[in-house]
Amino acid sequence: MILHKIAIPILGEEIVPRFDLTTEVIILTTAKFSGIQDKKIIVLPRSSSDELCHTLLAQEINTLICGAIEDEYYEFLKWKKLEVFDGVSGAWIHAFERWQAQTLNSGDILFTRMVEGNLI
Amino acid sequence: MNLFPEIHQLMRSPLDFVHILDEIPLGILVMDKDLRVVHLNRFFQALTGFSLDMARGIPCKNVLRSSACIINCPVLATHRKNRSISCTSDIINTDRQKLPVRITTAQIMDTHGHFTGYMETIEDLRSSATNDPEKNVAYSFANIIGRSRKMEKIFQTLPMLAQSDASILITGETGTGKDLVAEAVHQTSQRAGGPFIKINCGALPATLLESEIFGHMKGAFTGAVENKPGRFKLAHNGTIFLTEIGDLPLPLQVKLLTFLDDRIIYPLGATKGFNANVRIIAATHRDLEYMVSIGKFRKDLLFRLNVARVHLPPLRERGADIRLLLDHFLNYYTKKQGKKINGFSETALSVLLNYTYEGNIRELKNIMEYAVNVVQGTRIEADNLPAYILDHEPVQRVSKMPAAEDVPNTQSEQLPISPPPQPEETGQTWPSVERQMIMDALKTSRGKKNKAAQILGMSRSTLWRKIKAYQIE
Repeated sequence: MILHKIAIPILGEEIVPRFDLTTEVIILTTAKFSGIQDKKIIVLPRSSSDELCHTLLAQEINTLICGAIEDEYYEFLKWKKLEVFDGVSGAWIHAFERWQAQTLNSGDILFTRMVEGNLI
Repeated sequence: MNLFPEIHQLMRSPLDFVHILDEIPLGILVMDKDLRVVHLNRFFQALTGFSLDMARGIPCKNVLRSSACIINCPVLATHRKNRSISCTSDIINTDRQKLPVRITTAQIMDTHGHFTGYMETIEDLRSSATNDPEKNVAYSFANIIGRSRKMEKIFQTLPMLAQSDASILITGETGTGKDLVAEAVHQTSQRAGGPFIKINCGALPATLLESEIFGHMKGAFTGAVENKPGRFKLAHNGTIFLTEIGDLPLPLQVKLLTFLDDRIIYPLGATKGFNANVRIIAATHRDLEYMVSIGKFRKDLLFRLNVARVHLPPLRERGADIRLLLDHFLNYYTKKQGKKINGFSETALSVLLNYTYEGNIRELKNIMEYAVNVVQGTRIEADNLPAYILDHEPVQRVSKMPAAEDVPNTQSEQLPISPPPQPEETGQTWPSVERQMIMDALKTSRGKKNKAAQILGMSRSTLWRKIKAYQIE
């Protein structure tokens, strides 16, 4: 069975809006597109794109689901053969579910839309 | 989403709120009490890439994507302190660019004085960041560096061109800094306060490109579920930068020509035009005159764009600039990596000065980043340079700009670490270069795999796998 590792930089239950300001990253191990086999959270000593990239490579991550990321780091991670879904916002679990269902795209907004307490 | 909010009792007839906001040259974001986006204006869309349809109803921090939102939300500070707050910060837009901004937040009250939400104004600080005296370097214009005669001539011309409102055509090989020049011209022009919108004409298929550039109306074609303003409308009162103009399909060249004649854009499916006040800067690495001669580019469009022309020379024609740029990027990456590197060894310098830099400044920059990453001592040695440039035989090539049919678009994106060399350029494949890099790292680390992995920026297990794959004993 080939295992697949997905990293999602998070802030509470949501995907952190900025990759470079991440201090917590959740790492999920699955058999590709199936259920979670292992889940761990890495807490970083400080937010830094360079250090986070290093962590992702050290952890041998296959897929990254994140918020806004600078082009320099996006291209670097793509070059390092990571599959990157950037600009994704919402609860990390919803993003993961979409990834499992193979319907996740970069730029997906997974929040329930509300204005002044009313669904729109 | 079509919202038509109105302002009443200010003038005799109700005013169109959206139109008023769209005419303000600052990004404006209106939020409810729960910090969910209610409305945004055209400038905000140009700055961040988020349209109202994309952003409405979601938490503002996921739209503005500013560091202030995460570190110390200015909106919440406004609420706590019950007054307007202003701070400088940065945002990352949907083009993955980090932009310096000033954010000012205020509370919104209803007619009875009850608090109902917040408003944020976002000022683009790119122009003032460029003019920061600390960042200005001798022999430079904005971020462009050089002291060769050819570059000096360009530095003399650029400020004059910036002050005019003429269309500019920037030509030059890949990696010569065409994007940098375009942005510098915008930032030093009268339009610096307006948006700078970049379109890569070679990045999208013709059908998508038309809607991207000129916009479309809801229902104009299958899948057009909302009105889209188009980049020209977003660039109103600013500059539009058409990069890779040589790749613009012929039908769109006609449409662009029509715009250049009457300055009115007609989105797909629209009956009414929009009078866009936009300055056009175009760039290409192709030989447009040759493309005109083979019928791939319209002659009249070339004449329209070619009001002022800036040709950026390739690095091999810039003589002493190579040394200047080597020192500049060495200094830049040394500071960035927090290392102490004093300079180059004689051998390394000789290799670097004799290399032909087919990828121009982009390639030089990548080589320097690689060298600074791998160097262990206080000087860059020849061993610290990417293997492919050590094997390179200096060959003087005749400067040639390709036409569209000669060469596919080979402009590569800049990477933090030197990208793999093109096999046709060096005669080497990436695996052979990577094998050599691993061997060099192992030599430097005296066989210690942990250290070698650190040098190469890969994990120990990846290194181990690669050692096995390349059968390095």
